Amino acid sequence: MNNGRYNIRTLGLELLMVALALIFFVPLYMTFVNGFKTYNEVVTSVAALPEVFQLENFITVWKQINFFGVFMNSIIVTAVSVIGILLISSMAAYQLVRRPGKVSNVIFMSILASLIIPFQTLMVPLVKVAKDLSIINSLHGIIMMYWGFGVPLAIFLYHGFIKGIPRELEEAAHIDGSGTFGVFFRILLPLLKPITTTIAILHSLWIWNDFLLPLITLSSDSTRTIPLAANIYFGQYTNEWHLAMAALTMAVVPIILFFLFMQRYIIQGITSGAVKG
Amino acid sequence: MNSSNRKLWTYVVFVAPALFFFTMIILVPFLRAIIYSFQDWNGISSDIAWAGWDNYATIWKDAGFHKSFAFTLKFVLVITILLNVFGFLLALVLNLSLKSRNLLRTAFFLPYVIGPVIIGFIWQFIFTNLFAEIGKATEWSMFMKNWLSLPGYAFWSLVIVTVWHSVGYFMVIYLAALQGVPKDLLEAAEIDGAGKWKRMQNVVLPLIRPAMTINLFLAISSGFKAFDLNFALTRGGPFGTTESIAYHIYLDAFTKNLFTLASAKAVVFFLVLAGITLVQVSVMKRKEVEM
Repeated sequence: MNNGRYNIRTLGLELLMVALALIFFVPLYMTFVNGFKTYNEVVTSVAALPEVFQLENFITVWKQINFFGVFMNSIIVTAVSVIGILLISSMAAYQLVRRPGKVSNVIFMSILASLIIPFQTLMVPLVKVAKDLSIINSLHGIIMMYWGFGVPLAIFLYHGFIKGIPRELEEAAHIDGSGTFGVFFRILLPLLKPITTTIAILHSLWIWNDFLLPLITLSSDSTRTIPLAANIYFGQYTNEWHLAMAALTMAVVPIILFFLFMQRYIIQGITSGAVKG
Repeated sequence: MNSSNRKLWTYVVFVAPALFFFTMIILVPFLRAIIYSFQDWNGISSDIAWAGWDNYATIWKDAGFHKSFAFTLKFVLVITILLNVFGFLLALVLNLSLKSRNLLRTAFFLPYVIGPVIIGFIWQFIFTNLFAEIGKATEWSMFMKNWLSLPGYAFWSLVIVTVWHSVGYFMVIYLAALQGVPKDLLEAAEIDGAGKWKRMQNVVLPLIRPAMTINLFLAISSGFKAFDLNFALTRGGPFGTTESIAYHIYLDAFTKNLFTLASAKAVVFFLVLAGITLVQVSVMKRKEVEM
């Protein structure tokens, strides 16, 4: 491999890659541009720029799907689910590592084994279980389901990380009179920050974009998340492309902004999460 | 409270919450899926009858399930190859000292952060409207067809969108592995007279085996679980030709109320997926070299 030598071949390759990247961007570009057009403009030409960038479609869609409410639902579900997963998984992993034995082993092994169960195997009885526990069709219900689904990967990653942290720090704090809670929250939790970031990013992307679980457990208007609202809107306005594209633009902009600002952490988190998983 | 009692109490407080949600949301539904698969129930009525192996016998003869199984296998095979080949090639190029490498990495990775349902709708617009327009302008027959309503084309439209959506993810993992290949090792090989191909074959590829294990696993398991795009882009159509196993089970359970049959299919699905991925990972782990 050529390390650092920039020659005519590298330049050619670079231009080729830039062209490829532009082609890659075409679908998103089309979505954004057509969201600003009138219906007639979309029908006449998909690729052309709009005559005037009018915001009317966005205002219409915003009101029709109550975008603010839908957006807040997605935020609440993602945030509370992820925070809950981080808390209960780090606590459990901490004791599972520091108090080894038969019980810890059985618990850890069952949780680890469950990672190979696909969601589709669980979804049919899950709906029944959720009805029995009356956690169906509510935001707090789906949040609790995400706690359950998020725990295995989070415990697995925390478990591996905590094993690498020397016990001495905790023991010193214990001698100073801290209880287990104090040691966990004041000493250990700050040390877990790198892996916590990784887990938070992996789970946020998954929950924010998840479609199948909301589809089968959330049915009322007031509980819709972004993917669910996009599905319903797209179903109703399939041929009114100008509105549909405005809706899809609104659906992708938040996550794209999040990605652009957090890019370094996201790519790092995804790589280290995948390598350990 | 004496000290060992207190220790036990702390253990319970720390472990119980995670264990509780794991049990209720994963363990109980999993066991119930297995129980349902031996029962006969429509999901609504109050009486549930035992059915023995009837559901599994039905699956054995269920042409729709076989069709979706065949589709899914073909889909997994194609995307596993394409995602890994293209992901690796992109990583190789981005590992060179290109001036725009960070920007390129962002561009190729960007689609991955968007949810696949939204992606499906976006591409529905591209396939129906943009393709038609390109077809009109260029008169290339490829663009004049409606990709989503022709069986062969619908399959490839799913493949194209999946590759577009996820290739950046595979690229990022390969890129991290390539950056972990020690420079001095490559230089030593070059001094020993190894050409580009020899270095790739004997130094780089063996060293990035772990990334290959992961990427093959990810492609296989995500391919098997494909649902969102089949739902949003093709609706399993035309004529059920793009109905993935996951979508097939969803339709059985939630639109046809075949609760127990769907559970049996879900159990079969689990066994197949677990079997294939375990074999893949254990075979490839054995071939990895320790650094």
